[in-house]
Amino acid sequence: MATRSAIDPAFLDNDGNPLFHLGEDPHHPEGSSTALGFWIYLMSDCLIFACLFAIYAVLGGNYAAGPGPRDLFDLNLVALNTAMLLFSSITYGFAMLAMEKDKVGATQAWLAITGLFGLAFLSIELYEFAHLIHEGATPQRSGFLSAFFALVGTHGLHVTFGIIWLVTLMVQVGQKGLIAANQRRLMCLSMFWHFLDVIWIGVFTFVYLMGMLR
Amino acid sequence: MSPHPASENSGIWKLIFGRLDWSSLPLHEPIVVGTFVMVALGGAVVLGLITKYRLWGMLWRDWFTTVDHKRIGIMYMVLGLIMFLRGFADAIMMRLQQAMAFNGSEGYLNSHHYDQIFTAHGVIMIFFVAMPMITGIMNYIVPLQIGARDVSFPFLNNFSFWMTTAGAIIVMMSLFVGEFARTGWLAYPPLSGIAYSPGVGVDYYIWGLQIAGIGTLLSGVNLIATIVKMRAPGMTMMKLPIFTWTSLCANILIVAAFPVLTAVLALLSLDRYVGTAFFTNDMGGNPMMYVNLIWIWGHPEVYILILPLFGVFSEVTSTFSSKRLFGYSSMVYATIVIALLSYLVWLHHFFTMGSGASVNSFFGITTMVISIPTGAKLFNWLFTMYRGRIRYELPMMWTVAFMLTFTVGGMTGVLLAVPPADFVLHNSLFLIAHFHNVIIGGVLFGLFAAINYWWPKAFGFRLETTWGKRSFWLWVVGFWVAFMPLYVLGLMGVTRRMRVFDDPSLQIWFQIAALGAVMIAGGIACMLIQFAVSIKNRDQLRDTTGDPWDGRTLEWATSSPPPDYNFAFTPVIHDGDAWADMKKRGYERPLTGYAPIHMPSNTGTGIIIAGLSVAFSVGMIWYMWWLAGLSFVAILAVAIGHTFNYKRDFTIPKDVVERTEGERSALLATQG
Repeated sequence: MATRSAIDPAFLDNDGNPLFHLGEDPHHPEGSSTALGFWIYLMSDCLIFACLFAIYAVLGGNYAAGPGPRDLFDLNLVALNTAMLLFSSITYGFAMLAMEKDKVGATQAWLAITGLFGLAFLSIELYEFAHLIHEGATPQRSGFLSAFFALVGTHGLHVTFGIIWLVTLMVQVGQKGLIAANQRRLMCLSMFWHFLDVIWIGVFTFVYLMGMLR
Repeated sequence: MSPHPASENSGIWKLIFGRLDWSSLPLHEPIVVGTFVMVALGGAVVLGLITKYRLWGMLWRDWFTTVDHKRIGIMYMVLGLIMFLRGFADAIMMRLQQAMAFNGSEGYLNSHHYDQIFTAHGVIMIFFVAMPMITGIMNYIVPLQIGARDVSFPFLNNFSFWMTTAGAIIVMMSLFVGEFARTGWLAYPPLSGIAYSPGVGVDYYIWGLQIAGIGTLLSGVNLIATIVKMRAPGMTMMKLPIFTWTSLCANILIVAAFPVLTAVLALLSLDRYVGTAFFTNDMGGNPMMYVNLIWIWGHPEVYILILPLFGVFSEVTSTFSSKRLFGYSSMVYATIVIALLSYLVWLHHFFTMGSGASVNSFFGITTMVISIPTGAKLFNWLFTMYRGRIRYELPMMWTVAFMLTFTVGGMTGVLLAVPPADFVLHNSLFLIAHFHNVIIGGVLFGLFAAINYWWPKAFGFRLETTWGKRSFWLWVVGFWVAFMPLYVLGLMGVTRRMRVFDDPSLQIWFQIAALGAVMIAGGIACMLIQFAVSIKNRDQLRDTTGDPWDGRTLEWATSSPPPDYNFAFTPVIHDGDAWADMKKRGYERPLTGYAPIHMPSNTGTGIIIAGLSVAFSVGMIWYMWWLAGLSFVAILAVAIGHTFNYKRDFTIPKDVVERTEGERSALLATQG
């Protein structure tokens, strides 16, 4: 086959004979695959959420004579919560812009603000959960509530680990500055953080908004 | 301790040991106690010998903490082999029980024990034999075939191996402390729910698979990134060796399937630990949701197992026919099509769910369609052999046995894909015969071909052939004798997982099947003897060339075993069969101009986190909440601590490279 026997001219020596080794060995710098590898991991995480969404789609109407979404959800609270998470994504974006300009102080400040928004989101979510459980809408009450707590809770768990990671990175940036390894790590957390935002948009729409329409 | 521990199973004891007490030890099961004594004695001898010859330091430095993909690959193979012996012990116990339990006889296994055995057999053979072995082969061969020095994430590779091992340890622990699941290998609820399986068995199952699953998923991510990012210059995707192509597709399937298993098992644990209502019969749960999700993982899983071995058969057929593989690009596309279709067939595992004629027809047809790309592959192998100069070495013998066996298994699969036929054959021994026909005939025969083919590369000497051929014939004949009776029994309506039988006319078929299992046992023994004899006679069997089979792909371009850095100079690729092309063009190995080589450093973090994961799982299984909590915090601490280590590579100095390559030159010179 022509495509398989044709030789790239870059791999010929001056006499037109094929080279078997390059003069300079091709180097794969440390971390050159990190963005791709982390992206693939994120997609696998996305599949976990896909399963939880599917479970919610199937079990979401099984109230077992218990409360339904209309009885439970407070859209004002959810709107506030959504705003916290969306703001945290914007501020993480500012942290990345500061990182590009090599400003350690500004990066750290924006990371701290991001973490605070994340904490606010988690606090409101925990308040909501406590309220539901207090009302008797526990995860054990019905298939709908099991699916609800699993989906929203898994997202919350991800945000929790994101915050632990964020604090770790702030310590590391404090120690070593914005070296290449730390920039790579900040970029991975950035993908993770925005990914959680996208998932939340799905939760907000599919669970809360459409729940109120049921 | 008191013989009635239940009375003291309160207060402080319960706080520390959860639900573990003296009655958890299966002291009343003589078979288990006997096994435990044997394992304990054997283990003590092995540990004693390691201590006596002062090998702990070497094992820790060169193996346990290694990030070298070759050593990790070998460790995966060792794990798979050990677990294979366990899984086969389960198999032969079942065959013996079913051959005996007629005419009022109860056999020798009680139902509590028998149900654990068939569950453990399935779980171990799939998760801890087939998966580690294909991962081991991919780990060893893929970086060599693409001309790389290691995988993309070497630490992650070590970590993945230890997480897989941790899962295996958890499953093995259930043999001696407590019990294993009695639910069948996929643990369908509501049977696996807390109401019907209140013991620790299902929890052992869940945590063993969750921990091992983390390892599998990460090694999938790692190998995809490696194949995409680390290829030698000139190696475009359509010049990728076919084994690497099939590995790529298998790893994409791993990343796309294993999260589903993680999610569904996590939900099952919530049902069991917290009392949620995902898969319960009441409170709005839906058990069929579990069955759907677990097969959305489970069907791609069988293609994860077989695809890399399709690659092995392609490499072997081409090498031993001394020809380029027939239809390379059709092979690539067939692999991709199989990978895609494997996601569209899961419902054929439960046509009897009652989803209606339209749904069943869709899944029946998609299932049958898979036989088209698979058939294309088979014809490609046959056309590769056609007018080739075929050498019937052991790898080629296993490949031909595969072609004959797997085709029959594939055809019974198409039979089962017809929904009306499936309503009759569902859950019968016909199904058991079918999937053993494809998994033994495809996956195991492929692994044996791969082991015989690449052993000289990994260890520097060939496997001897006399015992290899004995093993081959016992295995192949034993397989047919063991499983053809199961097709017959299945057609007569005998269901799977039965412990005793009423109809005496069936006994003869089970006795024939047991005879087949004994022949397979002989095949396994011959294979172990083959390894031992080959190690003993390694000097006569030495491969000094690095290319004992006149190979065609890059792994044969370096020495056997390859140096730590694989290639002193990264090769440039001009053609699909890169090494065959280099030989044809009169390639000469450069003898000067070496440079220092960057390599990743070893680390103990992987084995430490895996050990903590075992402790965490024990805590969760036995309700020792303090242990689970402490281990979880420790896992986080060690993982975070690891990220504070920025110095992760070292340089192999130029003179070491020169010395290593000089030794190889001297060895090659003895060839004349």
